[in-house]
Amino acid sequence: MTNLPNNHYVDDAPYDPNEDIKSIDRPDLDAPSWQLIWRKFKRHKLGLWSGIFLLVAYLSLPFVGFLVPYTPNERNADHLYAAPQMVRLFHEGAFIGPYVYPITAEADLENFRWNYAQDRENPARLEYFCKGDDYNFLGLFRADTHLFCAPEGATVFLWGADRLGRDIFSRIFYGAQLSLTVGLIGITVSFILGITIGGLAGYFGGRTDWGVQRVIEVLRSLPELPLWLALSAAVPSHWGPVAVFFVISIILGLLDWPGLARAVRSKFLALREEEFVRAAEMMGAKPNRIIRKHLLPNFASHLIASAMLSIPAMILGETALSFLGLGLRAPAVSWGVMLNDAQNLASIEIYPWTAIPMLPVIIVVLAFNFLGDGLRDSLDPYSDH
Amino acid sequence: MLILRYSIYRFITMLATLVVVSALVFFIMNLPPGDYLSNLIAELRATGQADGISKVEFLRVEYSLDQPLWKQYLIWMGFWPGPHGFSGIIQGDFGWSFEFDRPVAEIVGGALWLTVLVNVAAVLFVYLVALPLGVLAAAKSKTWVDYTSAFVGYLGLATPNFLLALILFYYGHKYLNLPIGGLMAPEFEGQPMSPEKIKSVLLHLIIPTFVIGTSGAAAMMQRLRANLLDELSKPYVDTARAKGVPPVKAILKYPFRVSLNPLVADIGNLLPSLISGSVLVSVVLGLQTIGPALLTALKSQDQFLAGFILLFVAALTLVGTMISDVLLVLLDPRIRFGGRGK
Repeated sequence: MTNLPNNHYVDDAPYDPNEDIKSIDRPDLDAPSWQLIWRKFKRHKLGLWSGIFLLVAYLSLPFVGFLVPYTPNERNADHLYAAPQMVRLFHEGAFIGPYVYPITAEADLENFRWNYAQDRENPARLEYFCKGDDYNFLGLFRADTHLFCAPEGATVFLWGADRLGRDIFSRIFYGAQLSLTVGLIGITVSFILGITIGGLAGYFGGRTDWGVQRVIEVLRSLPELPLWLALSAAVPSHWGPVAVFFVISIILGLLDWPGLARAVRSKFLALREEEFVRAAEMMGAKPNRIIRKHLLPNFASHLIASAMLSIPAMILGETALSFLGLGLRAPAVSWGVMLNDAQNLASIEIYPWTAIPMLPVIIVVLAFNFLGDGLRDSLDPYSDH
Repeated sequence: MLILRYSIYRFITMLATLVVVSALVFFIMNLPPGDYLSNLIAELRATGQADGISKVEFLRVEYSLDQPLWKQYLIWMGFWPGPHGFSGIIQGDFGWSFEFDRPVAEIVGGALWLTVLVNVAAVLFVYLVALPLGVLAAAKSKTWVDYTSAFVGYLGLATPNFLLALILFYYGHKYLNLPIGGLMAPEFEGQPMSPEKIKSVLLHLIIPTFVIGTSGAAAMMQRLRANLLDELSKPYVDTARAKGVPPVKAILKYPFRVSLNPLVADIGNLLPSLISGSVLVSVVLGLQTIGPALLTALKSQDQFLAGFILLFVAALTLVGTMISDVLLVLLDPRIRFGGRGK
């Protein structure tokens, strides 16, 4: 590039009369929309990191058994309500690698609780890839190797133990398996219902639309939680944990679709007047094909963003239901079931660590919110907001 | 006059919705296999207390639970004359609670007013907190005020209500000496209203209101901020600034008023979640609202009690939504009857 005295810039490259002047200078100017969305989403740091965090969390769900030192229902009768243990690196000024102090229980007969004394003389170094209780790896075979565990004679309760001496840290990871998937199943149910019903209402309009609108109004005007309670109270108590889990997630989804259906409907109403829909109709496409091939792809990304924003409501819903004893029940492990232990003031005061499962709930809900916000902001690649 | 006509129209649609909701509630109540009375009969048979059975059978006939389902529903609602003077909900007979062995009206009586009180307090809290903070966040957008309020708002949305309740309860009592449990000090229960009783109730209301209102306030604050930011970017605001209108007036005089409309309309979304929250929080905090009674009734399939409470909660929401719709028409002359008529 040369700057001429009259302030004009001239390209130094020789003039090529055969150059294709229609080609774009930068190929990425012609990028498909998903690339534009991704480029914009990358700039939304909070959303990006939330997305990465959630991805890691979901991908590690199948390997939970390996990652944590204990299995969810492994009881430790000598360590009821043990306080969280610190993992330390330096013992008396010397580096000896991650270790814990073994703890022993002493009965406090005055207040009727256990006090735990640390044995400061004998630091117990953590072991890696060690044998522990066996668990089902990926649902395929039994395994008993854990990433880390405490050596003989010591325990590693990173976040304390609950009233049966079960490790809260391990249980939170196992609880994630149910608590995180509840939202996914619920949102699938909600998506299928919302897209079908909202799509029908928006595409056909008229009487279908009127009927659907009234149903949506009725459902949206009802307080969710009492309805969830009533529906989950209807689940027979003799059903197994897996069946209850599926029914609860479906219940959560059943009451969530009206919001989605409303969004789908308004999009359809706007889009069905567009020329490309008219063209498809004239070429003889059936409503089913028009909806799936021409309309849905146009706002699929919006749907994904709104799904990210409804999953947290379901996670909170499951937590609330299980907390009240109407959702999942022991021996199933979920964050709500664990919080059931922290239901009274006494446990908040004496054993505050029983309320730790609240932290993953808050973090995951925040992450979904940030991710949803980030996606929503980046969906319109040409706007500057 | 037009507004009166709109109010009447809105009232009628609300009643129609309520009827649909009642059918839905009745259907849900009858979803679980078996019912309270047959469980009781089975239990009495199993334990050999055959003489108790006749009373249960009497109750079953008295409340027409031996009828087909559709008829049971009509009798429960009071559209169909029930046997022996069981006249149904619309005539003020709420049925019999089998679990507590007392009329439903007696059990929920005082709790209904406390439920309304708690929820009204929560709505007021939401507005009192969300309006100033939302305006502040918009006026000082992209400063630490904005970011702090956004962060607190997000946290409020993400924290499960019931845990927030427990934790605030504990610390409120420990450091601020706020009372624990219930909606009034025990000595005022069943007493007539007196200044001391009102004071006690107000003191007990602080934490529940805060807990129930937080997530609603957070959502509303963010919405107000977004609305106001949209409005503030319009040219007339620039003109006002250029002409030297003081900054506070330049926000409050017009942009703020315009951005309020969606907020009033939003009551319809706010109320269901507030009432949901109040049920949950009442259970945790032991407030004498209908929340704990609902939970007991649902767990034991006490259908008249649970059905009535669900219906009441839904009615509360619907009435609130109706009021907000009418308010919206009063507030914004541009909104007129959803495009009907002229």
